[in-house]
Amino acid sequence: MAAVAVRAVELGKTYRIGERQSYQTARDAIAAAARRRLRRPNERRHAGPPGRSAVDHEWIWALEDVSFELDEGEVLGIIGRNGAGKSTLLKILARITEPTKGHAVITGRIGALLEVGTGFHPELTGRENITLNGAILGMRRAEIDRKFDDIVTFAGVERFIDTPVKRYSTGMHARLAFAVAAHLEPEILIVDEVLAVGDAAFQKRCMGKMGEAARSGRTVLFVSHNLAAIESLCGRAIWLDGGRSVADGSSSDVVSRYLSSSLSVLSDHLWPDPDLAPGNERVRIRRAQVRPEGGNPDDEISVTTPFVIEFEYWNMRAGAHLNLSLHVYNEQGVVVFNAVPTEEGAWQGRPFPRGLFRDTCHVPADLLNDGLHRIELLVVEDLSRVIHRMEDVLVFEVRDADDNRDGWYERRPGTVRPRLAWETEHLLPVDSGGHGDG
Amino acid sequence: MGKTNSARLTTTVRPSSGWVALRPRELWDYRELFYFLTWRDIKVRYKQTALGAAWAVLQPFLTMVVFSLFFGSLAGIPSGGTPYPVFAFAALVPWTFFATAVALASNSLVEQERILAKVYFPRLIVPAAAVLASLVDLAIAFVVLLIMILVYGIVPSAAIVTLPFFVMLAALAALAVGLWLSALNVLYRDVRYVIPFLVQLWLFISPVAYPSSLVPQPWDAVYGLNPMAGVIEGFRWALLGEAEPPGPMLAVSVAATAALLVGGLLYFRRMERSFADVV
Repeated sequence: MAAVAVRAVELGKTYRIGERQSYQTARDAIAAAARRRLRRPNERRHAGPPGRSAVDHEWIWALEDVSFELDEGEVLGIIGRNGAGKSTLLKILARITEPTKGHAVITGRIGALLEVGTGFHPELTGRENITLNGAILGMRRAEIDRKFDDIVTFAGVERFIDTPVKRYSTGMHARLAFAVAAHLEPEILIVDEVLAVGDAAFQKRCMGKMGEAARSGRTVLFVSHNLAAIESLCGRAIWLDGGRSVADGSSSDVVSRYLSSSLSVLSDHLWPDPDLAPGNERVRIRRAQVRPEGGNPDDEISVTTPFVIEFEYWNMRAGAHLNLSLHVYNEQGVVVFNAVPTEEGAWQGRPFPRGLFRDTCHVPADLLNDGLHRIELLVVEDLSRVIHRMEDVLVFEVRDADDNRDGWYERRPGTVRPRLAWETEHLLPVDSGGHGDG
Repeated sequence: MGKTNSARLTTTVRPSSGWVALRPRELWDYRELFYFLTWRDIKVRYKQTALGAAWAVLQPFLTMVVFSLFFGSLAGIPSGGTPYPVFAFAALVPWTFFATAVALASNSLVEQERILAKVYFPRLIVPAAAVLASLVDLAIAFVVLLIMILVYGIVPSAAIVTLPFFVMLAALAALAVGLWLSALNVLYRDVRYVIPFLVQLWLFISPVAYPSSLVPQPWDAVYGLNPMAGVIEGFRWALLGEAEPPGPMLAVSVAATAALLVGGLLYFRRMERSFADVV
């Protein structure tokens, strides 16, 4: 029987709301302390996270009561939406942050890959960065020396090894960073969504390396949005939702449960009261809707239906340059497309007065494949700053359509399902003389 | 945050509360990373600045010229028999090291927040590496100081062998201050703007432009509460052949450094667990 590599017992972690977005200033802290002293001299400052039952709006449980045991050699996938606590769990196990409650016992040398290229310095050469990055990831000096040539070969940067990495192309930089990470050989490997970088070919290579690590008997904890990767690499998966573990079992089981229940169709949202609507002091969302062209949100959308994605929002500050940006994801978590307003739009590049706006994005027929799709909304200011983000603001199903099958009766592979112009011409008849046709 | 049993390599992660142990054993385990971070700080420092190593000399040297002109010649501040330029430069060399090390250490955690958010290691090594890397500046400036001493025909006494002690005291004092400020800097980001001002004030309360003998008798021990008072007077005594060793004042400086360092270590370790959550 395999020994237990990781035992997590009722792990929990609270964050103060907004803590990760904005730091404090000493000026505010001093002023707040002075105010407290003046107003409520007898009241003790609330210094810690609340008890489980306490109603306190300042603290949220990013992770709550998560327990599991992982045997040596097991490969565990962790799935869930953003904000479900996946990264928090990894950070606790990697000792980057402390749990607020519970504990974990880890037997074996841990290596955490929460990012590739951590600590890379643009002024240092490739050679120097390999050494530094290796040390940061926890490799011993002798180990780095031993693997140095392999790393350089894997990254394919032999000719530039003594060039500062600031002169590297993005691709070279990513390759070098991943090469160092790929040569980390801890007993327990913790990997966050690091594979989501680089082009398709590079991602494929990264996945290959992950598969190797998994097959070599190493204990692996792997977080990804790529459900196909989780299913193929991991024997077991845990699904986190709202900080809690809601399913733990074989990866194919957990993935299918996640797909079927975490995404319920959500094609129409209305927030009539701007004060309670999602958003902030700059923008408030009023309505989000997806519906067939000329139809209602309840109407069915199939692969042959043109449809619209529509948002109504309040611009709260006069003169803001806003634009929406939509990410449409499929069931596998792959971005099918990103849509932004076209440049010839009437409000493109113009300052917005305060008030209510509506953006409608028209999606043609024969673009999306069938299956559940979800939309992430970004509100962008000055074409660069994301001022508000809503994940899964809309979830809709694109149904299969009989008239689009073209003689094929299984699900068509692919993220999109276009109907492309296609001609077949008979160019030359094969000379069939002498074969007895006539 | 956790404890590591190296025999079976078992790590326990659990919430800690209040003051936590310093865990010197773990620091020792991470000595290679400490070495590499120091090495990186030095490399980057000399690659990034256009003047490179010259900056380590120019900064104290130009200050010395200005001080000599205004404080030495015009204001006529006494320099105890030593030519004022040497008198000032012997103080500016350790002072510049201290000021640089404090500034670099204080900003070190904030500047490396990405690493803090992605990788675990004892955070203490980040400000410590910044202080250690600043020693290179000190070494370069020190060579110029030695040349100057020879040019002015000063022959150091046997006291020169005590110099490493004063260098260490300066480094420990910089680390102590750096620990406090770097931790505060992570938690409160406006601390960053206070640091240059603090360093500037500190220059004036340190005996750089003037001798500490200007401080009247009963107060000179109190003056030693500033660790740099002991360091600077120590440098002058060790190098310039001054007869009087800095006695009670130095003792107070050593004690003040020790207190500041122990407090800084404890405070840093206490705050360390929340760094990754707030950077």
